[in-house]
Amino acid sequence: MNPVNYLYLAALLFTIGAAGVLIRRNAIVIFMCVELMLNACNLAFVTFARLHGNLDGQIIAFFTMVVAAAEVVVGLAIIVTIFRSRHSASVDDAGLLKL
Amino acid sequence: MSHAASVHSLWTMSADAPQKIPAPHIEYAQLSPTLIVLGAAVLGILVEAFLPRRSRHPVQLLLTCVALAAAFAAVVALAAGGYGTGKAHAAAMGAVAVDGPALFLQGTILLVSLVAVFTFAERRLDPAAHGRPVDSFAAQGAAVPGGRAEQDAVRAGFTTTEVFPLLLFAVGGMLVFPAADDLLTLFVALEVFSLPLYVLCALARRKRLLSQESAVKYFLLGAFSSAFLLFGVALLYGYAGTVTYSGIADVVGGNVRMLDPVLAGTTGNDALLLIGGALVLMGLLFKVGAVPFHMWTPDVYQGAPTPVTGFMAAATKVAGFGALLRLLYVVLPGLRWDWRPVMWGVAIVTMLVGAIVAVTQTDVKRLLAYSSIAHAGFILAGVVATSPDGVSSVLFYLGAYSFVTLGAFSVVTLVRDAGGEATHLSKWAGLGRRSPLTAATFAVFLLAFAGIPLTSGFAGKFAVFKAAAQGGAGPLVIVGVVSSAIAAFFYVRVIVLMFFSEPKEDGPTVAVPSPLTSSAIAIGVAVTLVLGVAPQYFLDLAGQAGVFVR
Repeated sequence: MNPVNYLYLAALLFTIGAAGVLIRRNAIVIFMCVELMLNACNLAFVTFARLHGNLDGQIIAFFTMVVAAAEVVVGLAIIVTIFRSRHSASVDDAGLLKL
Repeated sequence: MSHAASVHSLWTMSADAPQKIPAPHIEYAQLSPTLIVLGAAVLGILVEAFLPRRSRHPVQLLLTCVALAAAFAAVVALAAGGYGTGKAHAAAMGAVAVDGPALFLQGTILLVSLVAVFTFAERRLDPAAHGRPVDSFAAQGAAVPGGRAEQDAVRAGFTTTEVFPLLLFAVGGMLVFPAADDLLTLFVALEVFSLPLYVLCALARRKRLLSQESAVKYFLLGAFSSAFLLFGVALLYGYAGTVTYSGIADVVGGNVRMLDPVLAGTTGNDALLLIGGALVLMGLLFKVGAVPFHMWTPDVYQGAPTPVTGFMAAATKVAGFGALLRLLYVVLPGLRWDWRPVMWGVAIVTMLVGAIVAVTQTDVKRLLAYSSIAHAGFILAGVVATSPDGVSSVLFYLGAYSFVTLGAFSVVTLVRDAGGEATHLSKWAGLGRRSPLTAATFAVFLLAFAGIPLTSGFAGKFAVFKAAAQGGAGPLVIVGVVSSAIAAFFYVRVIVLMFFSEPKEDGPTVAVPSPLTSSAIAIGVAVTLVLGVAPQYFLDLAGQAGVFVR
């Protein structure tokens, strides 16, 4: 199969993730959509590595996974604290700071 | 067929003749500023784990200050050793550049962070709780605001001394960010300095809901923007087959040995280059708070603990613009006819939106946030100059601006009422009558923001606009001057409010700070005036530092 198809898949996943961030209202779901975007990046890296015949992209994918894991740690901590204060993880409820 | 064979040869060849993997050559001495800061951050975590609670605050403060000062000494030593000019090169297998702009920005970040640490450690502004001094940070970040656990933590005199290691980790990332010489290092450095900042934003002692909300917003939007940056990195990697800055610049410039013909579909594909470059730029413009990626700035600046806001506003901007400059001047100079019009547009919109929306603000911290957006626009005007003068003027502006910002936010921490900091502008009415010194100090910072002569703001703006005009961006300079005039209106309005209106009965009081905050503010004023009255030495310094290594 033509590896370029995987690039289209990566772009599609990235778009789904980005649209999810903009549309969804629950902070956890938004965060999952961000993770989807990061994984789409990983797919693109690995596909490009296959196309170029070098290993840089595959190594970068590992770095991305580690960074994503670190982001989960910090992100979930923040979301859980605000959930415990407000009993809601909806980003629409977070409206104390306004123009 | 042939490219599949070449890929598989990566494995089959190594099976035939097992080779030793060559160990990377790392120049530890040249990376010492970053290593010192990150090492001290790890030590700080150990201090949290093993020292009794009582002694953590002084030990952390000492450790942080010593580490930042030692790292600054290392930067000065490297610069004196000629790494800023003649010996500039890419260290650590081409991952981190050691050159003039990197050293200048690292020095600035370290000094600003050192001053920010003083405001972090301030413990005299709030009245002592249960006989123990308290700082600006939550007694226990995990406790529910107003809940039982929080009351217990306050009664037991807990303080979140983890803020010091968090600050050091953030500084470590910021030191690498403007020096990153490949896109992977750029991305990792971005995350290393962003993640501690998200946590720091959530740790205010007063108004904790606001603080947590700002952290959620900053985190979600920050993660969103870094995902865009990463996808841009992926596309640029697909375009060039490498993530090193010089490698990509070679492919962009068209001077690269011919590659495998089957790769012609991806390598040198301009769509990948343009989209990838735009996405990476987007991630960086988000970090510096340029319009249209500025929406997080006012909310986060208002909600975060004020010492953190000051640190973030000053140091993040320095690091972000450093990375932006390197990307545009080292990776994409061959593409400048494509990115210059875009950056023109971004600079114009940023200056105007920042200045105009700031006029309507009623909260001091939000006002300063929009003012920082407008300043991002002024700095972008220097960035689009695409000349060595442009680089050095931006470097100078960043150094001058960061100290003014830090000083201004330090003054904001002093004006307090029963609910903590009194940030609503109406409460600042008549402050100049009640405490002339505080109001006069704040007025100095506001005048520097406005760019009045004899302050660093004027020298910085003059340098940036001069470089922009010489770089052929005349209209940009006109817009810049107009928005400076709009901005001057609201800065002067605050000064008038402070000095020429009657103080309110139930107005806020000005807390008497410890020597820590006093010295932070005094350093801010001193730098503002010195850079305003005698900028030439520092302009020369920035001028010498204005050449990127390729």
